[in-house]
Amino acid sequence: MIYSDKVMDHFQNPRNVGAITDADGVGKVGNPVCGDMMEFHIKVKDNRITDVKFKTFGCGAAIAVSSIVSEMAMGKTLDEAMKISNSQVAEELGGLPKNKLHCSNLGADALHAAIENYRDIAKGVVKDEPPKEVKESEECSCPYCEETLDEEKGYCKGCHIELVDCPECGEPINKKVDECLHCGATKIRV
Amino acid sequence: MRKAYLDHIAATPLHPEVLESMLPFLKENHGNPQSLHSSGQVALKALENAREQVAELINAQPSEIYFTSSGSESNNFAIKGFALAQKSRGNQVIVSAVEHQSVLHSAQSLEKMGKTSIQLPVDKFGLVNPEDLKKALTPETILVSIMLANGEVGTIQPIVEIADFCKEKGILFHTDAVAAAGNIPVDVQDLGVDALSLAGNQFYGPKGSAALYVKKGKRILPFIDGGIQESGRRAGTEDVAGIVGLGRAAELAREHMQTRAEKAVLLRDTLLLGLPERVKNVIVTGHPEKRLPFHASFCIEYVEGEAMLLNLDMNGISASSGSACTSRALKASHVLLAMGIDQTLAQGSLVFSFLEENTMEDIEYLLDVFPPIIDRLRQMSPIYPGNL
Repeated sequence: MIYSDKVMDHFQNPRNVGAITDADGVGKVGNPVCGDMMEFHIKVKDNRITDVKFKTFGCGAAIAVSSIVSEMAMGKTLDEAMKISNSQVAEELGGLPKNKLHCSNLGADALHAAIENYRDIAKGVVKDEPPKEVKESEECSCPYCEETLDEEKGYCKGCHIELVDCPECGEPINKKVDECLHCGATKIRV
Repeated sequence: MRKAYLDHIAATPLHPEVLESMLPFLKENHGNPQSLHSSGQVALKALENAREQVAELINAQPSEIYFTSSGSESNNFAIKGFALAQKSRGNQVIVSAVEHQSVLHSAQSLEKMGKTSIQLPVDKFGLVNPEDLKKALTPETILVSIMLANGEVGTIQPIVEIADFCKEKGILFHTDAVAAAGNIPVDVQDLGVDALSLAGNQFYGPKGSAALYVKKGKRILPFIDGGIQESGRRAGTEDVAGIVGLGRAAELAREHMQTRAEKAVLLRDTLLLGLPERVKNVIVTGHPEKRLPFHASFCIEYVEGEAMLLNLDMNGISASSGSACTSRALKASHVLLAMGIDQTLAQGSLVFSFLEENTMEDIEYLLDVFPPIIDRLRQMSPIYPGNL
């Protein structure tokens, strides 16, 4: 099996699957190119996540990641939940195959999107309804330090490295390495 | 737990008689076929016997068979070896959009060497239209490579028509017959091809043992430079045991092809009809009739292939998928996309391909076990309309 026991457990018995009809925040992220889409629903009380539900279209890793993220977020304050990082998610699952690490990014992104949606609603920025548009999470953060990459996609301000697009999957990678963190492609420069 | 291996296209098991034929060459008959001593001569004799067996499978001359290490190598050999031997005649290579990666990437490599290549489109069944080839040809075209049958969707291409046309124009034609040879009748004379790739692990032979047919008189550059093996075109000490196994597998394939295919067609058609009957929003991929006898492929809407494969595996069923998540490069199958299937639907790709030992009970088991798996994953899927 390509996955750890913990990944397989969460894949076979995913926790918190479903939707919350009167959710306080909804986050949808998806990357149709690599085939994963996640939707997180949260209930919030006193700045704390009191319930989480998710639905996921995707591979074994994507389902396991959603499940563990839902467990990790349950009961946390919004600020704490916003700090759940991609690497924490992968670590919590006992590691993921290299070419599946992007799934761990999606899980945290979906949760964060739900929290942002809640905060926007609270601020009155958006009406009290879930986002219709699926947020494309691809190519938005540095794969090494998670710094958001703006127009200057070729350079990460966080870890000061030059980035190029992986010829295999198009995700940003350090210009100086020859292995893509996203898809696991190796010997990129021939 | 019941086990059902339904992944012929990934690799067939070794036939017991094939293994039997190989053993002496892994044990006592260890000679190098190029040695003059008697031990070497035993190996040489076995090698040439295998060449005859493989030649007979596709109605070729033994001298037209070159042993290689894989179907991918055979494809690389044919495309690069032909194109680079045609230096002064032109620059353009034509392939189809649904070729195996070893063909597509060989064509890309040629581009780095100054050649150009184009990919012919396919219709929704994965078929190449010979008219598209006629339109694409230029005076620069030196080589056309179109596969005989596709491993992902099972579609069988109109090779005779394409080969005829190439012959008329004096253009070399190669076909990747890896998924077809040994499973359906393949006759290089009837097909009229200049080169053809085949691989033993598609018809109960060993992995790592394959061949390229090159028509007598067609110039091809050596693929591995070095010694005199394979008429100087593919140097390196021969994998005698593997080649002997390939030869025996070819012989058995000739003998059993019809009965194997007749049985497989029953299983195939039961599944092709049965799954869409039991599960809604399932489409059959590939051509409904012009397809490999042992091959049934689908796209299951609203679910992703790898998640289905893992669940099937937990139930003892081995199958394949062309979804992005099952590929190392995280891209959906280029074959399905070329057929106009959308990205999301292509993620639900599943391929079941049958072996001679598979039975109707295996199909019934699959039809029992699979629908609840799909249902469970759909209940979890944010894009399943049943959930809206």
